[in-house]
Amino acid sequence: MKITLKVWRQKDANSKGAFKTYEHSHVSQDMSFLEMLDVLNNELVQKGEESIAFDHDCREGICGMCSLYINGRPHGPLQTTTCQLHMRSFKDGETITIEPWRAKAFPVVKDLVVDRSAFDRIQRAGGYVSVNTGGVPDANEIAIPKKIADEAFDAATCIGCGACVAACKNASAMLFVSAKVSQFALLPQGQPERKERVEKMVAQMDDEGFGACTNTKACEAECPKGISVANIARMNREYFSAITSSYEVMAKGGGD
Amino acid sequence: MNWLITLFTSTLGRKLLMALTGLFLILFLAVHLIGNLQLLKDDGGRAFNVYAEFMSTNPLIQIVSKGNFFFILLHIFISIVLTIKNRQARGTDRYAVTSGKSSIWSSRNMGILGTIVLVFLVVHLKHFWAEMHFGDMPKVTYDGTEYRDIYSLVAQWFAVPWYVALYVFCMAAVGFHLWHGFASSFQTLGLNHPKYNGIINFLGKTFSVVVPALFAWIPINMFFF
Ligand code: HEM
Ligand code: SF4
Ligand code: FES
Repeated sequence: MKITLKVWRQKDANSKGAFKTYEHSHVSQDMSFLEMLDVLNNELVQKGEESIAFDHDCREGICGMCSLYINGRPHGPLQTTTCQLHMRSFKDGETITIEPWRAKAFPVVKDLVVDRSAFDRIQRAGGYVSVNTGGVPDANEIAIPKKIADEAFDAATCIGCGACVAACKNASAMLFVSAKVSQFALLPQGQPERKERVEKMVAQMDDEGFGACTNTKACEAECPKGISVANIARMNREYFSAITSSYEVMAKGGGD
Repeated sequence: MNWLITLFTSTLGRKLLMALTGLFLILFLAVHLIGNLQLLKDDGGRAFNVYAEFMSTNPLIQIVSKGNFFFILLHIFISIVLTIKNRQARGTDRYAVTSGKSSIWSSRNMGILGTIVLVFLVVHLKHFWAEMHFGDMPKVTYDGTEYRDIYSLVAQWFAVPWYVALYVFCMAAVGFHLWHGFASSFQTLGLNHPKYNGIINFLGKTFSVVVPALFAWIPINMFFF
């Protein structure tokens, strides 16, 4: 396969970036998208040019690092992570545009790499449960209905990739935050911090400068883990009931 | 009090106001339509004039009407705040390529659709509401009681081609606004549940087609028949 790549190149957070075009003729259908970029980077290095910086880690669809916006969609044409996307999803001779995630809260570090520590700060603000000391509890001591356990597990599969923010016309992080809120709100272990969790996480989300949800559902359609917008509705319920009934509110966000 | 400020300046609280005001406006549309349909009665405008007189003089309706104006202004004000904030959230560099594949058009263009509705509202209020309240209206007398003849004013405007075209076009915009907005407001309120999603979506789609279509049918009918 031969393809043309239009890639966003940006020296660092403070420089202005621009697209650069590359003709890439050593592409096989069986390569993953990231392998295709590896081959291109090898060629660039051999030519004495600087390689294209992009994020990746596990390359098996579980770490959420591979944040590329490909032809107008996060992670490209399939609802998966970029590392699980293969060149057979593209046509011979196609022009492929690769951009970084675009969000004020995800500043570009270099080329296609963005800083997603805003997500970490939201997590730190409330995405935890208190762990009690004492004797080891019996397994299955706390009864949880199967359906509820499944719901919580589904929410917990969010890998924090940020595709929801990238896909959203408002760069809203509500799918991510709602997944993290739901995962604990559904389970008995999450009850002690239930109200303050949602208040703090939403406050931190707003502080980071993410947008508001218009319910376009683009996030759900692009999320590699299929997180449902039903979680956003749950987060809204949790938030409205928490803020109208909680005793102590320290909703300034706990992150830095 | 602090928590109230936190609530209504949060993204979620702003959306809550959007959804509540939006739902109120939906109710208003339904009531308004029932009134308008009397224009189609073949009685020289009597039923409509009597109804309009009642609506513009009854004290209870006047209170609801004030509330309605307030909610429209609130809906518009928050929509502007949200739209600006949401644009800022994208950052200074915007995407060069975007795809419309993962969401429906109306959901991405609520601002544009709302602006068309707003233009319509201004024109509409100027021609009918302001005339009725402050204008020099022609009078008719039914059974010895004098009424303002709003019917003939409506009939006069609904004979103007550009006015009818604008009216129909704007009703289409209302339809698209609600095609997304109706169900969206329930999602915002947190009502997303397999037991109710079916009925909410069905009601939303039906309302967003039938109500604007009936609104638009009235000027079309009066123009051609
Ligand atoms: C008859 C008049 C109107 C009705 C019935 C109506 C109804 C609604 C409803 C039900 C929603 C969904 C709320 C939600 O997602 O929770 C909505 C959203 C919206 N409306 Fe309206 N609306 C009307 C007029 C307007 C006007 C005049 C404007 C602006 C000038 C406007 C701008 C918007 C915007 C921008 C949104 C999306 C907000 C967001 O989610 O980001 N609407 N509307
Ligand atoms: S909700 Fe989905 S798209 Fe968003 S961060 Fe989690 S896994 Fe990624
Ligand atoms: S590299 Fe880990 S999910 Fe793609």
